[in-house]
Amino acid sequence: MAFQDRVSIQFMGKTYRVSKESTLMEALLETGWESARELGCLGECCGACAVLYRLPDETHVRTGLACRIPVQDGISFSLVGRYPCPKPTYDLATIDDPKQALFDLFPEVTGCRKCGSCVQACPQGIDVMRGIWCAVFGDFQSVADLFVSCVQCGLCVCVCGAGLRPFLVAVYASRAHGTLMAKQSSDLGTRIHQIESGAYKDRWNVLLRQIKSSPPPAE
Amino acid sequence: MSYPPELKTLIRLVEKTRPQRVERAKRGEAFPALTLAEREARLKQFHPDYRLDAKRPLAVGPNRGDSLPVELVDLLESHSRLDLDAVRLDRVDIDTDVLIIGAGGAGTAAALEAAQAGASVTIATKLRHGDANTVMAEGGIQGATAETDSPCYHYVDAMGGGHFSNQPDLVETLVKDAPVAIEWLERLGVLFDKYLDGRLRVQHGGGTSRKRLHSCGDMTGAEIMRVLRDEARNQPGIRVLEFTPALELLLDECGRCAGAILLNLETKELYVARAKAVILSTGGLGRLHIQGFPCTNHYGATADGLVMAYRAGIKTCFLDSTQFHPTGAVFPEQNAGLLITEKVRGLGAQLLNRDGEEFLFSLEPRDVASACIIRECSEQDKGIATPAGRAGVWLDSPMIDQLHGEGTVKRELGAKYLQFQRFGIDIGREPMLVYPTLHYQNGGLEIGVNGETSIAGLFAAGEVSGGVHGKNRLMGNSLLDVVVFGRRAGLAASTYAHEAGTPKALSLDHVRSFERELAETGISDGNVGPMLLPNYAPEHIRARRVAMQVP
Repeated sequence: MAFQDRVSIQFMGKTYRVSKESTLMEALLETGWESARELGCLGECCGACAVLYRLPDETHVRTGLACRIPVQDGISFSLVGRYPCPKPTYDLATIDDPKQALFDLFPEVTGCRKCGSCVQACPQGIDVMRGIWCAVFGDFQSVADLFVSCVQCGLCVCVCGAGLRPFLVAVYASRAHGTLMAKQSSDLGTRIHQIESGAYKDRWNVLLRQIKSSPPPAE
Repeated sequence: MSYPPELKTLIRLVEKTRPQRVERAKRGEAFPALTLAEREARLKQFHPDYRLDAKRPLAVGPNRGDSLPVELVDLLESHSRLDLDAVRLDRVDIDTDVLIIGAGGAGTAAALEAAQAGASVTIATKLRHGDANTVMAEGGIQGATAETDSPCYHYVDAMGGGHFSNQPDLVETLVKDAPVAIEWLERLGVLFDKYLDGRLRVQHGGGTSRKRLHSCGDMTGAEIMRVLRDEARNQPGIRVLEFTPALELLLDECGRCAGAILLNLETKELYVARAKAVILSTGGLGRLHIQGFPCTNHYGATADGLVMAYRAGIKTCFLDSTQFHPTGAVFPEQNAGLLITEKVRGLGAQLLNRDGEEFLFSLEPRDVASACIIRECSEQDKGIATPAGRAGVWLDSPMIDQLHGEGTVKRELGAKYLQFQRFGIDIGREPMLVYPTLHYQNGGLEIGVNGETSIAGLFAAGEVSGGVHGKNRLMGNSLLDVVVFGRRAGLAASTYAHEAGTPKALSLDHVRSFERELAETGISDGNVGPMLLPNYAPEHIRARRVAMQVP
């Protein structure tokens, strides 16, 4: 490890030399940087480590997850932390018209200017803009499908010129769809009733006796 | 970047044996599975749990004499972070009915139930709300909902997976509550994969005799956490304190749990939190990197709850067994520790040594497969060394396309495909290098069916607790565990809080007596706990950190 190639990175204005074979987050830990913020699953699932970065030969700032972006010589970056994004509260049980409620909860949602910044910013490759318009037109199923891999990093909020909160819109639409609009599973109730009415009682007692009285069966 | 020339040369050996291996697999021929006796021998000789030099008996506390991983023993024998003489308990900063420590799946499920039952709830958590292993669970959640299944089969499978060491009443509760848990999640808006008519789609997981695994794509845990967290934020009765871990539990004059000392990680202030009941849902120990293994866990998995509860006198069980997932990535270095799902082997990819030869039946149970890989890389000396000095074996993913048709890898393993493509490796054309990685804390605090512990007013749920999975957990039973026991603990804690009322005196005497016990045994190595955050600074950086006092 000692003689492996090293590259120069700039983190919030400070330059460090780190091993070439690392992600931005691994590079930070290697420098001895300590923080509780911006560190989550380290495995691309949680969205804690949203990052703004610039490559040496480029003029535009890119977005991503620090646990995923490989370092390269001359890269400069800052962690975003939590972007201000208030969440409206709601009680799904009392919502009669989920499509109308979307506009009450997120009045800015119709202000999308179709610039596509959110689509470019999303580290998960989600077509965020399409999701927003699906929500506006009441197609909540499609919102849920489009946002299934959303890690809620907030980068879509950060880049939106119209002040939308796309990932929160997605959670609302997806939950409203699941709770109020989608077909509930038909077979669950039967099984729960069977268990509650003691349908498995006899079988259970036999089973427990068998397990207690004999050695574990061969696999 | 892709593979360096020396590894490319070795890949040629894999390619050379591949046509015959694919042919054999197509004919249904497989490498012979180990007999039960052979499995036992492999585990004893090579599974990390059985390495005696990696364990040490606890010198203090309720489990004194139990031999556990040294990294954990160091923490369980650590000193309090508090200056016990300086802490003032007469000023209460936070007053709540139920205090929940840890905000992953279990803690959040508990909060929702406790609030529903009318309790005021405060969640204190070290990182953000939802930063937990729950969010990383890809596979799914078990539950005997299918017509052909029954809670009895689920019970037998879970017990079998745990080598019949599991605590029977906990397993019975787990499986009987499972359909109710799934229904609860569905009502909250979790979108499980379904057939068009609304029936739940179920799949097989390792060790299930019936199809029982419910998933939301390969983001099941993330979907569950998104929904639970959103609902918790909708509740006016639930307050969430992020970046505010607990340092010690507080007991009252009768020895009942009465709150905790919390630390604001940013301002370094201590808060005295008084509660009528406390739920520990702090998760597991992956980031202790037992025996130096990489891990699949989130950043905060440092066993904090175990440390605090142990000082208060709660017994632990099954902490001598840790779950190692046989296939964690070891190359490229950026992916080290990354979980390569069991599905890859399920689709037919074989594990191969340096010569490109099979050395085990691909679908051996997790613990046995791990032992075989470690054997191949140590005693057999047939492992492959990475440029960073790690060892591994090949996981021959290109076989999958040859067995199931071009494009299967990309379609079925989309996330993994991208994670390697980023580094110039097409796992549909080149194999992956893997080695066992630390995955799950099988054991934990002893609990009853409502998460209750031996201290009145203290409850525990999720990975911090033990007994549900015995010595070995099956895929899909941990998401179920956090929902079932999280909800039960939440309800029980709220009922208890209602009856117990506000604690009168707050005390840290249990920590004092634990410190006395440490002193008597002569342990004075200066370890402090809970760990809170793992320390990844390299040695040469730590050496430059000269001692300084923070005013």
